[in-house]
Amino acid sequence: MTISPPLDAAAPSPEGHEAVHANYSLTGFIIFLCSESVIFLAFFSGYAVLKLSALQWLPPGVEGLEWRTPLLYTVVLVSSSGTVALAEHFLSRGQLWGFRAFWLLSMAMGAVFLYGQAIEWRSLDFGITSGSFGSCFYLLTGFHGLHVLSGILLMALMLQRSFRPANYAAGEQGVIATSLFWHFVDVIWVLLFLLLYAWS
Amino acid sequence: MTSTAGVESRILRAPHPVPGAPDNWKRFFSFNTDAKVIGIQYIATALFFLLVGGLLAMIMRGELITPEADLVDRTVYNGLYTMHGTIMLFLFIFPVLNGLNNLLIPCMIGAPDMAFPKLNAAAFWLVPVFGVILMASFLVPGGPASSGWWSYPPVSLQNPLGHLINGEALWILAVALSGISSIMGAVNFVTTILRMRAPGMTLTRMPIFCWTAFSAQTIQLIGLPALTGGAVMLLFDLVVGTSFYRPEGGGDPVLYQHFFWFYSHPAVYVIILPVFGVFSELFPVYARKPLFGYPFVAGASLVIVGLSLIVWVHHMFPSGVPQWMRDAFMVTTMLIAVPTGIKVFAWLATLWGGKLRLNTAMLFALGGLFNFVFAGVTGIMLATVPVDIHVNNTYFVVGHFHYVIYGAATMGVYAAIYHWFPKFTGHMYYEGLGKLHFLLTFIGTNLNFFPMHPLGLMGMPRRVSSYDPEFAFWNVIASLGAFLLGVSIIPFLLNLVSSWVRGAKSPANPWNAIGLEWLLPSPPPAENFEDHVPTVISGPYGYGTGRPLVEHQDEIERALLQA
Repeated sequence: MTISPPLDAAAPSPEGHEAVHANYSLTGFIIFLCSESVIFLAFFSGYAVLKLSALQWLPPGVEGLEWRTPLLYTVVLVSSSGTVALAEHFLSRGQLWGFRAFWLLSMAMGAVFLYGQAIEWRSLDFGITSGSFGSCFYLLTGFHGLHVLSGILLMALMLQRSFRPANYAAGEQGVIATSLFWHFVDVIWVLLFLLLYAWS
Repeated sequence: MTSTAGVESRILRAPHPVPGAPDNWKRFFSFNTDAKVIGIQYIATALFFLLVGGLLAMIMRGELITPEADLVDRTVYNGLYTMHGTIMLFLFIFPVLNGLNNLLIPCMIGAPDMAFPKLNAAAFWLVPVFGVILMASFLVPGGPASSGWWSYPPVSLQNPLGHLINGEALWILAVALSGISSIMGAVNFVTTILRMRAPGMTLTRMPIFCWTAFSAQTIQLIGLPALTGGAVMLLFDLVVGTSFYRPEGGGDPVLYQHFFWFYSHPAVYVIILPVFGVFSELFPVYARKPLFGYPFVAGASLVIVGLSLIVWVHHMFPSGVPQWMRDAFMVTTMLIAVPTGIKVFAWLATLWGGKLRLNTAMLFALGGLFNFVFAGVTGIMLATVPVDIHVNNTYFVVGHFHYVIYGAATMGVYAAIYHWFPKFTGHMYYEGLGKLHFLLTFIGTNLNFFPMHPLGLMGMPRRVSSYDPEFAFWNVIASLGAFLLGVSIIPFLLNLVSSWVRGAKSPANPWNAIGLEWLLPSPPPAENFEDHVPTVISGPYGYGTGRPLVEHQDEIERALLQA
């Protein structure tokens, strides 16, 4: 009897029952990312509607957002997409230490971005309850920051897995998924930067 | 290995539980990863909440049987309709459909299980969790959420007692958890359908139920995040004091309506699409004819997905939206009648000249189709801006909605439960009790919900506990219908329980139906065909054509008969 390719790959293995199921994590993760992007779209469109219809957008006493320092952190975050790609390149050539080094560097760059975000939040003289502007600013940057944090934690998990012997010998869906997530977070930030800082 | 040997070895081992899981009733109360156990868990949980939501509806109809507000306090009444709507949607109809998805999709496409079994179990167990949270809101000071199931600000932002934990906050939390559970389910269903089909089962050979489930779950993936985003902002406004929707801080209450309806209108297609799938599965079986226009019925599902995402403003015609928006969304809303009409005509053509077998499942499907057509006609009326503005917030809308959700969707769900009951429990249901259930349901539905249309046209507003005496006649009839619907649940539950416990054993294919699920023993073993998946060689619904569905079909059927 013929067996379908996906089920063929899922043929029972001695490892036990769980291994019967083929790994569709990447498909599922990509579907999840597409769905997740709609939350950001919702927030973006809410922001645009509120801003366009506002009589007074900025809270009294606030001139606008300082954009130079955030731009610096933006460059750090966006270039971490490049280091993630480099790490994947090393992994595909089987050079685990190169992978680990660039992977760790990307995590550090993400952490630097979060640090910059925290500094900026502390320096601002408006809060989340300062009208629609304050609400939108903290919601958007905060929700994105949570994603950066999740990305760093996911990367830490993948880094730890790389120390299991022969774990990444046949490629690793988790690494691909994490790097996709990281690129996603970066693209969202670029859009967010344009919306929050450039559009004034 | 020959196919026969493979099938026999599966049958000899059937039914066996997932290793490590209890092999008795206890498995339904455990974190079981078998889609068929999860499916039954979903359906049982949903039926429990159908009783809860139904009880609330009975109290409301008891209140409305007289014009005066004499049975419950007005504020209690506000809580009743809010919780009735929320429970019926998030704890009855979505879970019951996910239960059907879990039972049917893997079996219909020949997959051993869902793509992510643990995620599947986690998604299910969130349902009782947010169910308890929602029920707990009856006990907090100030009572449950009382701003209607849509929770429009500024009403929903009032929090008069000023407690941090209030009915509205618990409502938002429960809806958010429901959204997370549904997203987890949707990722799972879509991945399973895309990646785990049997050899030879191309998309164009997939049963329509899988097409409609795929379409419905795609809507969940696109729409739910928007509602979640909107709900997060509502929660912040309520708890933290932000100004997304608070006009005094520059916020826009209508923005919430956009977020809410961007999901909640497509949500009715999430509900009705799988029911269209059920109709498309049942009519060919009980008319002994192939489904008329398979590619059009399948394609219409996708068209409905696309259109459903651009119609939401029709809920907001009186909300101060610009005229161009009203016009545009009126047109898109009416366009939905085209793919829906294609399906209805395809079903009629399937039934036409067929040898109809009117058992309980078929009666429910026919009754559901009848009610759906009625709801479609009032739907077109509501899509028209002038009519909508006239009947806005009246019982006309309530009547239309309940014809869709109870008359069509819930009756379709009953049809599905009866049709596949023998397959997944291994026992036949009692036909007499089933027909009694159908009769009470069909009469009750129409008695309950038809009077709402004249009431709405006469101008009776929804969400009121007292009304003008001129509305009394139709309200008494509606209340009697509601109590009849309450009674109709008794033969249903009696049938389910008694036939599962002591009903006659069901053969593998009691209805002579065509489909992969009918080539499995009743009940199917864990992992279904496992790695002996038959190769599909023709499209579905080959009734009367003599074409086999899979390779070696004769041998498989013989093995099933001998077992």
